[in-house]
Amino acid sequence: MKRRDFLKGCMICGAASSLGISKKAWGSGSFEGYPEGMGVLVDLTRCIGCRSCEAACNKEQQLPEPKVPFDDQSVFEEKRRPSEEAYTVVNRYEQKGGPVYRKIQCNHCNEPACLTSCFVNAYTKTKEGAVIYNSKVCVGCRNCMIACPFNVPGYSYSSATNPVVKKCILCYDTRLKYGKPPACVEICPQEVLTFGYRKDLIKIGHERIRETPDKYVDHIYGEKEVGGTGWLYLSSVPFDKVGFDNTLGNEPIISNVKEFLGTVPMVLTIWPALFTGFHLLSTRKKGHGDDHGHDAHSKSEQEDAKK
Amino acid sequence: MKAYKANGVEIVDSLYKDGGKKKWNLMEKLLLGLTPRQYIAQALRNPFNWILAVIFAIGIPIILGRFFFGLGWVTHSSNDYPWGMFLGFGLFAMVPLSSSGFQLGTTCEVFGRHDFEPIERLGLLNGLLGYLFAVIYLMVDLGQPWRLPYPMVVSFGPAAVLFLVAWHVATYLSVQVAEVSVAFFEWIGFPMGKRGVRKITLGLTVAGIILSTLHQGALGALFTYAPGKVHPLWYSASFQWLHFFVSSLPGGLCMVIAVSTIARKTMAWRCGQEFNDNLDKLTIALAKGASMGLATYLTIKLIGMAHDNKWEYLATGWGQWYMFEIFFGVILPLGLFAYAIRNKMVGLVRLSAFLTVFGVVLNRVNTAMITFNWKLAEREIPHWREAIISVTIFAIYITVYRFILYRLPILYSWKTADETVEATEGARVPKKVILDEEPVPVGTYRTREERIIPAAGFSSLEKN
Repeated sequence: MKRRDFLKGCMICGAASSLGISKKAWGSGSFEGYPEGMGVLVDLTRCIGCRSCEAACNKEQQLPEPKVPFDDQSVFEEKRRPSEEAYTVVNRYEQKGGPVYRKIQCNHCNEPACLTSCFVNAYTKTKEGAVIYNSKVCVGCRNCMIACPFNVPGYSYSSATNPVVKKCILCYDTRLKYGKPPACVEICPQEVLTFGYRKDLIKIGHERIRETPDKYVDHIYGEKEVGGTGWLYLSSVPFDKVGFDNTLGNEPIISNVKEFLGTVPMVLTIWPALFTGFHLLSTRKKGHGDDHGHDAHSKSEQEDAKK
Repeated sequence: MKAYKANGVEIVDSLYKDGGKKKWNLMEKLLLGLTPRQYIAQALRNPFNWILAVIFAIGIPIILGRFFFGLGWVTHSSNDYPWGMFLGFGLFAMVPLSSSGFQLGTTCEVFGRHDFEPIERLGLLNGLLGYLFAVIYLMVDLGQPWRLPYPMVVSFGPAAVLFLVAWHVATYLSVQVAEVSVAFFEWIGFPMGKRGVRKITLGLTVAGIILSTLHQGALGALFTYAPGKVHPLWYSASFQWLHFFVSSLPGGLCMVIAVSTIARKTMAWRCGQEFNDNLDKLTIALAKGASMGLATYLTIKLIGMAHDNKWEYLATGWGQWYMFEIFFGVILPLGLFAYAIRNKMVGLVRLSAFLTVFGVVLNRVNTAMITFNWKLAEREIPHWREAIISVTIFAIYITVYRFILYRLPILYSWKTADETVEATEGARVPKKVILDEEPVPVGTYRTREERIIPAAGFSSLEKN
């Protein structure tokens, strides 16, 4: 009877404590980015598809020469995604009012899925807002590519000895660290891209929507999506028409995982007590080594237990 | 092997040959007590070895090529489908099929059900090898496999599910090595080691339960990182880890049934009497456990659906594929198990065990590959080299599995028996075995041999 009570107690305490832990430990889920976090506001209505941002990125990040030159518009015939050769790509979407161009690169989430899924902590969200990557520790599991809701990270599969993840780092090493805007922003001839504090950019975005409500969809993509992203988008057409995923929700990706992470302390706490308890309960009456010596190992265990 | 045995060739099953006079040396043990010529002859006679040889001849150069030319050479280097067959099949399907280790360990050591012991070691070995080869698949898939220890020593990402998986699989592999080492110590003749491990068995087993619960679940939880990419029918934020954990239970048990079925067909000479005598009964007992697991799994699958209200997806093409998986992988085996257990039809139990294994593999492959990125237009079909590598690693798995089953006392009991006990209790089926690893008197040996031969004849196939 006593033992049962003890076990019960264990279970209740364990459950209670682990629930408490899980709530507190993961309570940081509402992290909304560093106050000093920078970002870029993209106004799709202004983009003309000149691809100079792609060229600037290529030069700044010392990426390989592209197969198709940057002034060639034929690349728009298919939908591209960022890869090891191009950290940013522009895609064209034919709409009623003419083509709409959309620039894709890492969105630099406030709570990046890549960062939270990485088991060697290769990713860092800097206080400037960039999500950077440490290729020195990357094992190459590519979980970040699975986790990224925007399908951004590319992998240098072609390398046999040192394959790494390749993605936009907001020009952190060469520019952002020194307070300069990323190369793509600087070169954009149409002022599609506005660089600034993320919180200011949100204000600017809403201001533009308020001033010309007919021009824009009343939504800043990235303000809330998956916990908010550093890159923010304004569009004249519904976002899902130009390749954005509207179904991602506003919760950071890590929120989905917390239900499981919350069970970890519970299992670690309860299981040992529970199963050693079962062992004591189920072997108590049998005594040791009398009626069930089936083969060498059971026997020897019982012999050991006796000693 | 059968023929050799019938002709009176002594097969290694204890430390001593010739009825306890001399010790087998290591080479003789490795060759199972055959002469090298006999050994090679039996290996060449087996047609399965020729199939393996062909697979290795093609596959091993490609595996080596992967390390020289990179992943881009063997996969489609897809950024949208970063995980291909190596993980989708190799890791995600092998691990649930290896849950047998902790389940049989728990049954025997924690719950004290020593009647499961004739099959316990097979369960443990199945677990160990499944995990080992899941890690080998992983090594092939990782971009920089030489950095695999990084999450342990260099850089920690403790908030990541994969961090937990890495630690748990590594720890659990060592736990399983310890558990299986008992058989190895018997074989090599190191009773101290065996006794040492036996002393911590309970601890190891409980550790196994904890680690298994968490990392089986964690493999499911890995997909909760991709809520928009896994098809909703295979995804459930609240239930994902439970789906993976619970389905691994019947998966592991049915894998043991499947392996024991194959082992008895193809290596009857190696199956001990205890194994043979108890296998049918234990198969049904395992199937009972698997049915419970399947029933629970089906229930939480449905609850998961209802929880997120996903019924409408059933009407799509994906839904039909989902229903195919659930029907052939869960409902059908569940029904067959119920019927077969009730009527004690062991053959049917085995068939549905194979079905269950198929169902679990299909579920993992579906989640990780087939329905992954369901919103994207193009589906990824694995590169042919990727498929060949997967098959080759699986063939290596079978080879290693067989190598160990041939040698270590997994399917048979290592003979350390004191003959006098045997003689007095000759009628008793579960034989009394004595701890001390002492030379066995000759007379007792003879009785042993006589007992084994009919046992071998019990099996159906005479392949070798």
